[in-house]
Amino acid sequence: MRILLGLTFFSMIASIYSVFIYAPTEQIMGHVQRIFYFHMGTVWVATIAFIMVFISSIQYLRKESRRWDKLAYSSAELGVLFITLTIITGSIWAKPVWGTWWTWDPQLTTTFILWILYIVYMILRSAAGDDAKKAKFAAVFGIIAFLDLPLVYISARMMRGISPVVFGPGGGGIAPEMMIALLVTLLAFTLLFIVLLKQRIDIEDLKDRISSIRLEEGI
Amino acid sequence: MRKIFTILWKDIVTELRTKELLSAMFTFSLIILLIFNFAFSFSSEYLKFATPAILWVTFTFAGILGLGRSFAIEKEGNSILGLLLTPVDRSLLYFGKLISNLVFVFIVELITLALFVLFFNYSIFHAILPLSFVIILGTLGFVSVGTLFSAIAINTKLREVLLPILLFPIIIPVIVSSVKLTASVLEGNSVFSAGSAIHILVSFDIIFIAACAIIFEYVLEES
Repeated sequence: MRILLGLTFFSMIASIYSVFIYAPTEQIMGHVQRIFYFHMGTVWVATIAFIMVFISSIQYLRKESRRWDKLAYSSAELGVLFITLTIITGSIWAKPVWGTWWTWDPQLTTTFILWILYIVYMILRSAAGDDAKKAKFAAVFGIIAFLDLPLVYISARMMRGISPVVFGPGGGGIAPEMMIALLVTLLAFTLLFIVLLKQRIDIEDLKDRISSIRLEEGI
Repeated sequence: MRKIFTILWKDIVTELRTKELLSAMFTFSLIILLIFNFAFSFSSEYLKFATPAILWVTFTFAGILGLGRSFAIEKEGNSILGLLLTPVDRSLLYFGKLISNLVFVFIVELITLALFVLFFNYSIFHAILPLSFVIILGTLGFVSVGTLFSAIAINTKLREVLLPILLFPIIIPVIVSSVKLTASVLEGNSVFSAGSAIHILVSFDIIFIAACAIIFEYVLEES
């Protein structure tokens, strides 16, 4: 854990250095483009988190072990946090570049629906009552929501199918220094995700211990 | 097949005795149409763009009312236990419930459609066949997931209140493609002319009927 924390700390420093000093300033967008690295970092982590929710939900239904449920729940919580950060950083980037905080572009629409889906996941958990119900219903919703995402994206694209303008980074034409800064940032955020996930699961373990002690002592 | 039919028959007989579900859904769809009438104060050229939206909002809202009751009825008389004790495969229970929900929603949709034509003086008869096709596929989409979620929602503290929150974000692809297809067929085009809408709708139906049939038994274990 200490090694992991250390690694995360240093990769974060490296990421901040490479984003703000090492990477060149983008010619058209200027300094505001630097938020792109953190934007990608957060959306990357959110994607990993939601894939983890899907996999651990399936595993929970198959094995019914608390560990998978904790993993699913903790990932979902972090996913919601990071997708919120994605939307915020995206808006900050979009305002000076596109002149608007928000547009109903397919990617943005899908992100927005993704955000709502996992907030609903949280609401379902808090409404479900006892632990077994919580875990099982959440797992069911986690699976259904994930299966829905490709269809949501395709239908969002269909609704906006007329507009030929594709926003966002063009992918191909990115300077090598920028690529390095991006990769360093992605690494840093992945490590951060692992640290946070481990912390979150530890908290759930502690909660379990408290309730089992309470049960033994009859409090 | 007989087993699925038995569940369907049981739900229909219960409904015929009380008629509470259908009358509630029907009245609700009537109210929605009324509100739309006031909200837009229609002129006929306006109606052309608004019709698909009005229809699908009415269908899904009235449908959700019925779906919410679908398992509440089982829960109240504790007859869900009886269902669980019957020696049939759990996915057959899902199909039984799915079909009985479909029957109720289709009846309400049919009446809504007739009232819509009557109230808004808007002819749909030139496209009645493709339109029914679209309505069947769209309804299949939202009722398939709705049946599963109805069983979940009723077992939580929030009960039926939770159902729309769970269901609407998931069925966005269904609503988007159904509205688009409805607009397209009402203009006299075929269902294949609205781009990928028909593919989205059919894929949604197939994916989620299969997924829900598999998952349904895990939900029943917790009820």
